[in-house]
Amino acid sequence: MDAILLQILNGLDKGSAYALIALGLTLIFGTLGVVNFAHGALFMIGAFCAVTVQRILSLSFVTVDETQKDFLGNALKVKTPYVESWFGPETGGMIIEWSVPLAIIFAIPVMVAVGFAMERGLIKYFYKRPHADQILVTFGLAIVLQELVKYFFGANPIQTGAPDVFKGSFDFGVMLGFNANEIIYPYWRMVYFLFSGIIISGVFAFLQFTTFGMVVRAGMADRETVGLLGINIDRRFTIMFGVAAAVAGLAGVMYAPINAPNYHMGMDFLVLSFVVVVVGGMGSLPGAVLAGFMLGILESFSSMNWIKDLLPGIDQIIIYLVAIVILLARPRGLMGRKGVMED
Amino acid sequence: MSNSKFTRRGVLKTGAVGGAGLALPTIFTAGSAAAFTNAPTGGTVKFGFNVPQTGPYADEGMDELRAQELAIEHLNGIGDGGMLNTFSSKALGGDGILGKKVEFVTGDTQTKSDAARASAKSMIEKDGVVMINGGSSSGVAVAVQGLCQEAGIIFMAGLTHSNDTTGKDRKANGFRHFFNAYMSGAALAPVLKNAYGADRRAYHLTADYTWGWTQQESIQAATEAMGWETVNNVLTPLATTDFSSYIAPVLNSGADVLVLNHYGGNMINSLTNAVQFGLRDKIVNGKQFEIVVPLYSELMAAGAGENVQGVYGSMNWNWQLQDAGTQAFVKSFGEKYGRPPSNSAHTCYVQTLLYADAVTRAGSFNPCAVAEALEGFEFDGMGNGPTLYRADDHQCFKDVLVMKGKENPTNEYDTLEVVEVTPRAQVEYAPNHPMFGGDEASLGTCNPGA
Repeated sequence: MDAILLQILNGLDKGSAYALIALGLTLIFGTLGVVNFAHGALFMIGAFCAVTVQRILSLSFVTVDETQKDFLGNALKVKTPYVESWFGPETGGMIIEWSVPLAIIFAIPVMVAVGFAMERGLIKYFYKRPHADQILVTFGLAIVLQELVKYFFGANPIQTGAPDVFKGSFDFGVMLGFNANEIIYPYWRMVYFLFSGIIISGVFAFLQFTTFGMVVRAGMADRETVGLLGINIDRRFTIMFGVAAAVAGLAGVMYAPINAPNYHMGMDFLVLSFVVVVVGGMGSLPGAVLAGFMLGILESFSSMNWIKDLLPGIDQIIIYLVAIVILLARPRGLMGRKGVMED
Repeated sequence: MSNSKFTRRGVLKTGAVGGAGLALPTIFTAGSAAAFTNAPTGGTVKFGFNVPQTGPYADEGMDELRAQELAIEHLNGIGDGGMLNTFSSKALGGDGILGKKVEFVTGDTQTKSDAARASAKSMIEKDGVVMINGGSSSGVAVAVQGLCQEAGIIFMAGLTHSNDTTGKDRKANGFRHFFNAYMSGAALAPVLKNAYGADRRAYHLTADYTWGWTQQESIQAATEAMGWETVNNVLTPLATTDFSSYIAPVLNSGADVLVLNHYGGNMINSLTNAVQFGLRDKIVNGKQFEIVVPLYSELMAAGAGENVQGVYGSMNWNWQLQDAGTQAFVKSFGEKYGRPPSNSAHTCYVQTLLYADAVTRAGSFNPCAVAEALEGFEFDGMGNGPTLYRADDHQCFKDVLVMKGKENPTNEYDTLEVVEVTPRAQVEYAPNHPMFGGDEASLGTCNPGA
């Protein structure tokens, strides 16, 4: 029982990341009809927003310490962050330590701008082209973006820690009457799960309760009729592309302390997120969220030792296996609408 | 009728035999010039540096390439000479190799066996290289070593730590300077016993490929020999990025030590996840929970950040060593590139010099002559103390470093500290050791190629 609870918890944060990326993907597909293979790169850029903020806050001036030597035997150049000099070591250190949460403020405008630039600069020219063309161009764009990040940040992962207050783990086992250390869960992963819940709720509320969202939903249902009513639906869809980019970016920012960001992390999530979208149902926002959490939890279960002993290698294929079964039973996915990608 | 013994057929036969006789020395001369693959003919000789230039190990590959370029400069008499000044063999004079200027081409392994073989093949067939050096993966090393054996080229391995490289997959044309998983286990175990005691229960997470398997087997055998118990060994797919579902059950297993048989990005992520779960803050079986990373690299330590602090591991070499060879290399490298070299850079640099030295001592680029010169070669002054290139398996035997993540680093390169230099005798083993293919493992015969 405790092992099952443990893997459900583990699946929640994996599922959170899948759900957030898949939500943006499906939002773009539902509004613009574009299959965006560069969406994983947006997640990666979000994580590197956190790295960038950490580096900006850690900008330092150099003093020479004659008492210490560097690797060549010269006097050691000691770096002191400006924020520590301005606000004192304690406050300055705390500001640097909080660089990931602070990066959210930085990432929102950056990611919206990146989204606009992608949509206006490239993707809008492929609206009327076949999906295969869209996949090729966006996949190419993803490779360009990750190589750019590698050029500026290198190939090695860059550790971007959570604030000290969120380090360590919470013992759910003790709370639920199990022994100590039986069900532990890191604080930051709890934060990530809650954060993703807020973002997902925010996107749904935006679409459900605002006039802008209502128009977007109408456009998703029947773009032509909304256009005939004199509403510039294209502009709204462009804004939605920016929103989807921001969602993926924020997912990346908050993921940075879970795994050190590297230039390839977007690709690691991309394929799985597409599976999530297809399983959830192309164009279905609730489907994407449901499938994200479901597949995240299943992936966690499949890495349990006794399951691996029973079916070696199952942890590598479980998501694809479940996707095949679901698509055989429900070809439109869990919550797919009739007519979407069926022409 | 003539009784002459000369017939038309007889004259032709005699002429053919005589002609062949006259031509014999020329045939032999020409034959000796082309008796091996890519025999250099002009005033230059070319090396092939096959390193990861793209993919997750691109930074490590870049560091190897820096060291290889430096080695070429030193061989051609440019710069301060680096380790040529401290190397016990004095065959090299900084004037190229056997009077030929050394050039190089590079290939991108992408840390993929098929890509590495393709780039090595291209360098051998199109660029005419006489030796391939580099790499950051045992899978790649085994694949390229096999190719070099078939092509008749010497392979001077870069960073490859699997027992198999000089174990069951050893080849007559392949040589490894880097240490191996068995040596890591043999060096680490006594230090772990001193630090954590003999009564420990270890849980292993192991990368599911050749290096991970041999690393796990080695460290398990070494730790069990000193009294530790192995609770479980879980194989993790190489593509795993989030290890939480593998780490979460560790505390429940009754283990009080987690051994991460992971390298590169896998290690950075698994260690980060383990620290996130607060494993190192827990008390299990009345003891502080500990994490061990058997194989360290400087880039991994930098990627893992403060998570490595206090964590034990092992290395082939480290720039902080104080011997003359290390200091000469660190000075050359540091002044040229503004950073200390990694242990993968060091092994590539040393391998390049060792190959050049062997050619010079053999007086030939023929791979079989070079192999003979390397086999059983004892040397010093290259940063690892007295070292032997064992003839039986082409594995270098030298001291091994036990490292620990530094608690209070003073700068970005100050991530690890040397805890112990384990003497060579402690990490030696028989060439037919079961972990290295047993009695069936064989180098085969040297292949000179063409």
